[in-house]
Amino acid sequence: MSFLSEAIWVLLLGSLLGLELIGKVPPTLHTPLMSGANAISGITILAALTLIIKAENNTTLLLMGSIALGFALFNVVGGFLVTDRMLAMFSRKPSRRK
Amino acid sequence: MNISYIIKFAIDLIAVLLLALGLKGLSKVRSARQANRLAAIAMGLAVAGVLINYLSTSGISIAAWTWIVLGTAIGGLLGLLTAIQVPMTSMPETVALFNGCGGMSSLLVAIAVFLFPLTNRSADLSNGKVELASIVVSVFVGAITFSGSIVAMAKLQGWLSTPIWTQSKLRHLFNIVFASLSLIAAIELIRGGQQGLWLLVVGSSLLGIGVTLPIGGADMPVVISLLNSYSGVAAAAAGFVVGSQLLIVAGAMVGAAGLILTQVMCNGMNRSLVSVLFGGALGANSSSKQASGEYKNITSCSVEECALTLEAAERVVIVPGYGLAVAQAQHTLREVTRALEAGGIEVNYAIHPVAGRMPGHMNVLLAEADVPYEQLKEMDAINPEFPATDVVLVLGANDVVNPQAKSDSNSPLYGMPVLDVQEARTVFVVKRGMNAGYSGIKNDLFELTNTSMIFGDAKKVLGDLLVELKELGVGKKN
Repeated sequence: MSFLSEAIWVLLLGSLLGLELIGKVPPTLHTPLMSGANAISGITILAALTLIIKAENNTTLLLMGSIALGFALFNVVGGFLVTDRMLAMFSRKPSRRK
Repeated sequence: MNISYIIKFAIDLIAVLLLALGLKGLSKVRSARQANRLAAIAMGLAVAGVLINYLSTSGISIAAWTWIVLGTAIGGLLGLLTAIQVPMTSMPETVALFNGCGGMSSLLVAIAVFLFPLTNRSADLSNGKVELASIVVSVFVGAITFSGSIVAMAKLQGWLSTPIWTQSKLRHLFNIVFASLSLIAAIELIRGGQQGLWLLVVGSSLLGIGVTLPIGGADMPVVISLLNSYSGVAAAAAGFVVGSQLLIVAGAMVGAAGLILTQVMCNGMNRSLVSVLFGGALGANSSSKQASGEYKNITSCSVEECALTLEAAERVVIVPGYGLAVAQAQHTLREVTRALEAGGIEVNYAIHPVAGRMPGHMNVLLAEADVPYEQLKEMDAINPEFPATDVVLVLGANDVVNPQAKSDSNSPLYGMPVLDVQEARTVFVVKRGMNAGYSGIKNDLFELTNTSMIFGDAKKVLGDLLVELKELGVGKKN
């Protein structure tokens, strides 16, 4: 199978999976969920990495890849940490009170 | 098929599985925190997978390592600092900023690949049209995500207001022009023209701004959620560009999940996605009628009176809103409610699904101040209890307690679920001034006879209230 047809299957199944994963979300979790999903969308770090590795001494390409990597990593690191900060406030609650 | 390929394949599979489990777990209170960590681990694994793959095949040059370390250090450090320093009150704009940067990354990758086609990539992608099409999608969606998110952030931060002209029908014309520009550029690009690229970047960036700018602040969370979905789509498109299946599946997952979340949030506010995107700011289009009416018969009262009423109450409900968040008054509020509880008064918190600037905003804030989870009541649970409530304390909330939403079918708020605080015996509204709420709509609640206004910053008022309550001896053990 060629990459293209495989890729289209992957796209289709990935979308269906995404649709099914989130059914009922309590309003409390809307913000953390959005923030967490947002961090995951920073997966473009992989694209930026690939770009840098394949750049072969083309400085412009290296620079662009590096900037793209920086942006994506900002999204990933910041996103996961912020989500964790938010969720930390929920999780410690029941243990202390009850 | 060599061993390193198999390792990379296995790592990719595990990463996808963990990402899916993470996303799933994030929608349940119990599992959310672990789920978030799981997703973070998956991300690390995915990166390791890419590095291992190239290390064992073509190798990674010193130059490449230098730039990787540089990008990682700067991006990671900035992300770390931002995440640690940002106050809980400005979460929405922070998420918007992160999201915009994700979009920017996809955009940059696509531009770079277009300008300098990569060597040795998957054979059947290099034959032109498919790769060009994925570059077009990546640039288009990436640019919209970036410019839209930055505008959303600027609006939430208060750096940008909603310009009046964006509320006229003219804005649709502008957006159609921007969209057509992007379309023309896209066609030009796919046909092989080089010039189309920058036109596409400019056209889609302007479209992102043009669509986001007219949207009022109350709807911003929905927009951010939608843009979040877009950034997933942009990532998937970037996956096509560089030939990474992991990227495609993760991007598609976030894109689809983001769409569902957007829908859930719309339902919570009783708004349709279409009206959020194209309806303009709530209230602004009907402001000429009743919305900006003058207030009459406002009763304002002192903190002392409020304390006296609270002392005599048996059941008190707190309605927190954005004003509380801005004033950072959650800890002071907690001290007040501790005093009340110690005095044998039952205290509950009524949490409107969209109180604050973002769903769940109030839960986060109150949790930070140690408010027991069980006392946070959702709207449907608390509404039947208002008639049996002695005192309602509205702290910096406005639109979510506006009875117009139920009584006045001409009101732009009509149909939005609200908290029925007017059913309670006495309502105190703590507010900085008589300014309208975020929707810009007059609040009938303030004119009711059982409502008293206490003007001032929520933190200061609550601080004074605490002093008054102490003087009255509320909460002292006797």
